[in-house]
Amino acid sequence: MNDPWCVGDATLASRFLLGTAGYPSPQVLRDAIVASRTQVVTVGLKRTLAAAGDNGFVAIVREALKQRGARLLPNTAGCRSAREAIELACMARELYDTPWIKLEVVGDEHTLQPDAFELVAAAARLVRDGFVVFPYCTDDLVTCRRLLDAGCPLLMPWGAPIGSGQGLLNPFALRTLRERLPDTTLIIDAGIGAPSHAAQALEMGFDAVLLNSAVAQAGDPVAMAQAFALAIEAGRCAFRSGVMARQDFAVASTPVGGEPVLLG
Amino acid sequence: MNLIDLQLDNRPHRVPTGTTLDALVAQLGHEPRDVGTAVNGRFVPRGGRAACTLQAGDAVLLFQPIVGG
Repeated sequence: MNDPWCVGDATLASRFLLGTAGYPSPQVLRDAIVASRTQVVTVGLKRTLAAAGDNGFVAIVREALKQRGARLLPNTAGCRSAREAIELACMARELYDTPWIKLEVVGDEHTLQPDAFELVAAAARLVRDGFVVFPYCTDDLVTCRRLLDAGCPLLMPWGAPIGSGQGLLNPFALRTLRERLPDTTLIIDAGIGAPSHAAQALEMGFDAVLLNSAVAQAGDPVAMAQAFALAIEAGRCAFRSGVMARQDFAVASTPVGGEPVLLG
Repeated sequence: MNLIDLQLDNRPHRVPTGTTLDALVAQLGHEPRDVGTAVNGRFVPRGGRAACTLQAGDAVLLFQPIVGG
């Protein structure tokens, strides 16, 4: 299906953005990237003295992306304030040589819910400094509007808390977002657990999904990456085809004219 | 040689007085392009490290690429 979409200066064919954390080995990650057919993968930053080494994961990501002509989307994971996120974004731009930044500013340790106030403040500053800001946000319409006012070219509302795998917890709010922001690129980020959740998001008209744990924690991450790729393509195709309206009553699909077929 | 005490990634670290940030990165064995640097919570770009002379009590953070979601 030829159905490209645009993010900043990039035209993408795949609507599947993939996270790179938590895979059992660098080789599995590389194969999952290939199977997903993704063109955007997320990466992070850590302190050099932090426990646990990289074990070659980032090198594998760079190699896999180079082969596919795909792009990196660094994040500001772990940030709790606008100031922290701004400084980390500057570091990410230098280290990864890209103005793209997935802006994460968490306001609650239990749910990892984004802090709307810090998020908007950080987004405004980063946009002014030339970043292409992908804000990880909630499904709150007014916050989303403020992020657009700040200059974000797209929004990444959560489906459910990060890593929870609960799918789209608030379809009403998400539908409202889609309807009220018809011209905005909307990517569901976080909470996706199964390919059916991703298909549902695309069927609802969301432009893409970003997920990590659902693939990385699968029994076979490579096969799951392929399953998501297929589901996302199916969901998008369904959206473009026009999903039928729901009804509360039965409507016979076979045109027998209401007459018995054998008796009478 | 006079020494000053820093915090390096939240751990005590001692360097000679007058040490610059780029010298510290080199002393730690990092390629300059492989790490990001911040002093006292502020990003210091690669091109600004040579002019950044570390002071006693400075908090230096070094970051490197890693996988992420």
